[in-house]
Parts: sequence; C-alpha cells; structure tokens
Amino acid sequence: MRLRLVPQDTNIDFFKYARVTFGASVVAMVLSIGIWLAMGLNFGIDFLGGTTIRTEASQPVDVGAYRDALTPLNLGDISITEVFDPTFDDDQHVAMIRIQAQEGQESVTPETVAAVQDALRTVYPEMTFPSVESVGPKVSGELIITALIAVGASLVALLIYIWLRFEWQFSIGAVAALIHDIVLTIGVFSLLQIRFDLATIAALLTIIGYSINDTVVIFDRLRENLIKYKQRDLREVMNLSANETLSRTLMTSGTTLLALIALLVLGGDVIRGFVFAIFWGVIVGTYSSIYVAKNVVLMIGVKRDWSKPSSGGGGGTQFANIDA
Amino acid sequence: MLQIPLWNRILIVLVVLSGLSFAMPNLFYERVERHNDAAAEIEATGVTTDENAAALAEWPEVLPSTLVNLGLDLRGGAHLLAEVAVEDVYETRMDSLWPEVRDALRDLRETIGTIRRIDAPPGELHVRVSQPEGLSEAVAAVRALAQPVVSLTGVGASTLDVRGQGDTLIVALSEAERSATDDRTMQQSVEIVRRRVDEAGTREPTIQRQGADRILIQVPGIGSAQELKDLIGTTARLTFQPVVGRADSADEAPGPREEVLPSLDEEGVFYILEQTPVVTGDDLVDSQPSFDQQSGQPVVTFRFNSTGARAFGQYTSANVGAPFAIVLDGEVISAPVIRQAITGGSGQISGNFTVESSTELAVLLRAGALPAEMTFLEERTIDPELGADSIAAGELAALVAFAAVLVFMILSYGLFGVFASVALILNVGLIFGVLSLIGATLTLPGIAGIVLTIGMAVDANVLVFERIREEMKNAKGPARAIELGYERALSAIIDANITTFIIAVILFTLGSGPVRGFSVTLGIGILTSVFTAIYVTRLFIVTWFDRRRPKTIEV
Repeated sequence: MRLRLVPQDTNIDFFKYARVTFGASVVAMVLSIGIWLAMGLNFGIDFLGGTTIRTEASQPVDVGAYRDALTPLNLGDISITEVFDPTFDDDQHVAMIRIQAQEGQESVTPETVAAVQDALRTVYPEMTFPSVESVGPKVSGELIITALIAVGASLVALLIYIWLRFEWQFSIGAVAALIHDIVLTIGVFSLLQIRFDLATIAALLTIIGYSINDTVVIFDRLRENLIKYKQRDLREVMNLSANETLSRTLMTSGTTLLALIALLVLGGDVIRGFVFAIFWGVIVGTYSSIYVAKNVVLMIGVKRDWSKPSSGGGGGTQFANIDA
Repeated sequence: MLQIPLWNRILIVLVVLSGLSFAMPNLFYERVERHNDAAAEIEATGVTTDENAAALAEWPEVLPSTLVNLGLDLRGGAHLLAEVAVEDVYETRMDSLWPEVRDALRDLRETIGTIRRIDAPPGELHVRVSQPEGLSEAVAAVRALAQPVVSLTGVGASTLDVRGQGDTLIVALSEAERSATDDRTMQQSVEIVRRRVDEAGTREPTIQRQGADRILIQVPGIGSAQELKDLIGTTARLTFQPVVGRADSADEAPGPREEVLPSLDEEGVFYILEQTPVVTGDDLVDSQPSFDQQSGQPVVTFRFNSTGARAFGQYTSANVGAPFAIVLDGEVISAPVIRQAITGGSGQISGNFTVESSTELAVLLRAGALPAEMTFLEERTIDPELGADSIAAGELAALVAFAAVLVFMILSYGLFGVFASVALILNVGLIFGVLSLIGATLTLPGIAGIVLTIGMAVDANVLVFERIREEMKNAKGPARAIELGYERALSAIIDANITTFIIAVILFTLGSGPVRGFSVTLGIGILTSVFTAIYVTRLFIVTWFDRRRPKTIEV
C-alpha cells in the first residue's frame, strides 16, 4: 500500500476556474502591495542601521521595565520584543532590543552599548547579552542596493535562461509567477510585521529558486507534449502536462515543507523569520507554478508550428535540445 | 539495456567513498579540532609537549583531518567591518615631501624669493613665494621631483600634480598615484591588522579586504567586538617630533605648522611640537621590551631601517641639547633631551613603564602603525553559547527533517523510496565532504540550506520515479521503463537544478557572511543531489534489477 498524494490518473481542468484562481492571485498581489504601503516592512538593522541587543535573563521579560530603564538614555526610537521558542529552557527569557542609528555616528559606539547594558542590568543584575550587532547607516544603505540588485539580477538571469531553453512566452510566464511570489511574501511580511533583513532577501532568492524549479518542471513537460500532440488545443496540452507532473509537484513540495516545518519548530528563533519566508514561499511558489505561470503563457499564446524556422521569437529554441 | 559500465560503477563508488571520508572527521569535531590545533602548534613552535602530543594522538594521522569551518554565528566571536581613511596617507606623503620641495625651492631663491609653507586643504601642499613672477620655474623644479607611478594601470603617469596659482605653488598627488597609494595603504592595513590579531593568538581569524577601502575582520572565540577593536587599535601611530616648547593647557595657540599635544602620564603637561615628524613608526624594524642598564627601569628599545636611521642621525646631530618628543597616538610618551647624535639607528624609550606596559608598547610598535585611521561601520558580537544553541537546534531540526522525509519517501515509493533514502543520507555526507574539502564556512542559514536541501534533494529522484511510473503504464517492461524514466526525466532535472544553481551563484556573488554561507550549502547541495539522483540511485536500482530480474516493478 503506497502513500499517494494524488490519484494515479488525474484529469483536473486547471483552467476551469481560471478567472477565480488568476483573479485571486491578482487580488492577493494588490492586497499585498496595499498592506505594504499602509503598514510598511519591519526593516532590521541590516537595512536601517542601528543596533540590536539580545538579552537573556532567568526572570520573565518585563518590556515596560526595560523601556523605563532605557528612556533616560535618550537613544530615540527603541523597540523591545520578547522572543519565544520551544527550545528555550523554562528559566530562559529572551528579548531583542533594537536601537535606531544614532545621529552622526557610523556605528553605535561601545559607550552607548555599555550604557544600555548597564541600564538593563538595573532591572535584572545578572542579565546576559548573547549577541550585540550594530550596523552603520552607510553600510545599511549599500546593503539595500545590493539586495535590490540581487533580486533584479536573479529575475533577469532566469528570464534569459528560460528564454534560451524554451520560448520567450515561457520566460514571461515564469517571471510573472516569480513576481507574484515575491509580492505575496512582502505582503505577508508587512502584515505580520516580521523582521525584514538580509536573511529575508536570501530567503526571497531561495523562493525564486524553488518556484522557478517547480515551474520549469511543468514547462519541460509542456514542451515535450507540445511536440507530441501538435494538433491538440494549447489549453488541453497544458492541462495534460500539469496533470502528469502534479504528483511530482506535490511530492516535492511535501518533502520540502516537511523539512521546513522541522526547522520552523525546532531550528531556534534566530533563523525563524528566514525559515518562515521560505516556508511561505514554497506554498505560494507551488500555487503560482500551477495557476499563474501557465495562465500567463496561455494568454500570450505559443507558436505551435515547429516545422518552420523560428521567427519573431528571436534566439528562442536553439538550445532546447541540449540535455545534460 | 539497463547497464552501467564497470568503470562507471567504480568511479561512482570512489566519488561517494572519498566524499564520505572527507565528511567523516566532522562527526568527531572536537577531537579532530584538538588534533589540528596541536599539529599547527607543533608546526609553528617546533616543540612537542606532552600535552599537544596527546592531542595529536587523538586522531590518526592517516585519516583526513579537514573540518567544516564554523561561522561566527555558530562559534561565537566578533565581527568588524572597518573603513580605512585612505586619504590620510596623502597628508603624510605631503609632509614627507615638504623637506625635498623646500630644498629644491631654496636653490631657486634668486628667482622666486623667500618661500613659506602655508595651511592647505587635506592632501595638498601649498607654498607661498615672495616673487610670483618666478613661479613657473618653481613649478618646473618641483615637477622634477616627481617619479613615474609604480603600478599596473598608472604606467607613464607621474606621481605629482604641480601647478601655480597666483603667488602659491600647489602640489598634490596625481590621480594615478592616489589609486596606487590607496592600494598600498589597504595592503599595509590588512597586513598590520592580521599581525596584531595573530599576536593575540586567536584561532582562524578571517581578515579580508573588501571593496576599495574596507577590511572585514572576523575573530572566533573573542569576547566582544570592543575587545577586538582594542586589539586592533584604531591608530597606534608612533612619531618622533621636534619640541618647540611646553604649554600649560591644550588651548594654547600653536604657531603655524605646530601642534599642542598632551603628555601621556603627566597630568596637565602639554608640549608644543612641530607638526612634521622627523621619523615615523613606519621606519621601525624592531622593538623589544628591555631594562635600562643604569636604573633598572623597564624600557622599550627600537631600531630603525636605513632611511629612518639616516633621518634620525641627521636630526639628532644637528640638534644636540634640544628636546624631541616620542609621540604615540597623539600623546607624548616622553620628551627627552638629545644628549648626543644617535647615528646607529637604534635607541630606547624610557617612561613610566611597567614590565607589562613596556611589553605591550613593544608589540604595538613591532606590529607597525596603521597607515591610516579606521572607522568601524559594522560590529557584531555573538556569544559562543548562543552559537552552540543554534548548532543544537539546527542538528535537531535536521534530524527530524531527515526522518520525516525518509518515512515519506518510503511510504510513497516503497523499495525505490529506500534507495532514494540511502542516496539522501549519502547526499548529506557528500555535502559535508565537499564543504570540508573546499574549506567552506558553515553558518546558521547554511544549516537551514542543508535542511532545505534534504527536502529538495529528493526532487530529482521524485522526477525519475514519477516518470518510471508513467512509462510503466505504456507497458514496455520494467527495464525499459526504468531506462526511459531516467532518460526522459533528465531534461527536467537539468533545467530545474540549473535555475536554482543560478540563484545560488547570485547569492554567493552579492551576499556576505551568513547569506554567503547559505548560498554555498545550497549550491553544493544542488550538485551533490543531482549526482546522487542520477548516478547513485541508478546504480542501486540497476544492481538490484540485475540480481532479481523482477517481471514487474512497483514504484
């Protein structure tokens, strides 16, 4: 008896509710952008500059007392958040304190950090500070630019790769799906106000990598079927390809999500935001390869007659037969 | 039909075995680390003590002993990103050029009259002449002092930009010389930081030049970024400057090209010094803690190179009886009177030293002065305990992920799932083997990358297995189905993994620190998982098929 996520032969019409699914994606994207504009991202010090101090004490975190202790230091905006994690001991109480970048200082001076630590020790004398990180505004500005370049470069590189291996319509579809995934991830990070830092950018790129992986597998089958069934309707061939690869799509998402759930629950709080981003991305990425990428390709249409030399599509398919 | 040539099989087994043998030391991390430390110590000191011999014996010499480096977020330690004020050096260069310019212009006294160095913007040397009509000759004379730039890109360019403006002669470093100078400054700074960190004897520090004017310093095991900064010392600059007089407060107005500096250990004592040093710490070749032969007090001895010795000799012989100041980081250590010309190029510094402080100063002097000031743009301190917690959490998560994926695969694909599971275990072993072999650094996101790879690595197998299932429907017999399954799934596997690999490369190029660690494990994970899926599981399946010759297979 085998575990089957999908029945042996499926014949799902993925376009039956195309208006609903595609519409839902568009609405979700618009909502995400709206939430992002309204609530903003909770940028970490990588992008804003400033200092984060991790505190650990055996007594419960008292955000009010911590704040009262720090107010006299006049450090501007201070955020204090308690950190929970199933791997903590019972008497392990952790908080993250973020101090904004100080006027006219490249990175927060050791004196400031020492003052903060002394002030906090007035609350709990034996408090420890397992990590202190400080990023100057100069570096954080550059990091934002690097992050944007990284995301942009990935999209362009994949656009070109898919174009060379498939057709330009496929690369538009794939990149549309990727943008969908990125926007929804930014939306969820804005909504839940999860800290958005350099690791989140790495997670975004991983999502791009995962989602394109999924999309490419379906496209690969589509390419094969388009040659096999020259007379059949594009929509029909797309459905066939998606159905044939559905079992694989869900298996891979399943194993990846299993691994990610283990990380999410047991991997510690330090990388939780990072793992959550990838977790979310695998879900929307799987969805977008089935419901977004193909729809976009269907909307643009694909050249079906392969007997004539390629025209208009440019450098299209000349690399399509390279295997291994 | 279903065959793998013998040499191919041997090759696959060899690759897997060698990968695993490189991964294996990581299972005994602490023991191998002690062995490696002991080996390095014996190598460095040449002395074998009982202690390090015992540590050395903990791990057999014949086995591989390469380990995955643990990143700062896992090991704990301090991270600094420093920016070097490369322009500082232009100023120093102008100061050292001044005596040459002065001598050259003095020879032209008849045409340009008297000369005076006046205050100038940073990095420029301004000289006012009393007869402006002779300025063009002065410009020509100073230009003659310039030399061709020594660098790859600046061939043919001259080191100096010299022009006249009104009654003022303006000298600055040329563009080509500036970039050549910047390069030297950075090399020197990196070298000095490295020496200072090494003097402290910490293990495996990372000191890298980053971009045009930055240095990345990562030292595992150090208590805090502050400690590291103290160790590096923002500017330990030693100079020997002529003393003009004494002052009672720092507010006293110095004359042109003079400065007021406080005494290091005498409260309320200030010295007025000439700004241009006679010799700087750059010319020091050695410095040792020692004791004064007469008083028995701790002193620091020093020795100059030939340039320094000549300059120092000339100055001291011309100024016997006058005081000069030994200045460290803008504070006067001592201001002795020159009793006789010091021509041998060596001398001693006496002050209120203890044995410790004289040793410290000697180390500082020996390590050399930083050529320019450093500002710290980024500081991170991670407690080793937090790192250990992260490792423990990552290990637990990886094990659970592993178990879950194995169960899932076996439930879904039966015997083929078992093959894939064994391949997955080998895959993680191979990842560690490659990481150890190339000396990559494992970070916390890197562990996440491995866990993610555990989830994604089965993808290639899934693609093949699903394809075999499909081919089975066409009922061409199991052998043919397996063969076609591998053949037809290949293009999807290649495309899917190349796209992810492109992402890993972009992350590696643009990322830094932990993110880069993640991209390395992701990229290596892709390579090893494609290898295990295409070759290793295939080898399992083919071998199994050859033995059993089943009439039907269930995938």
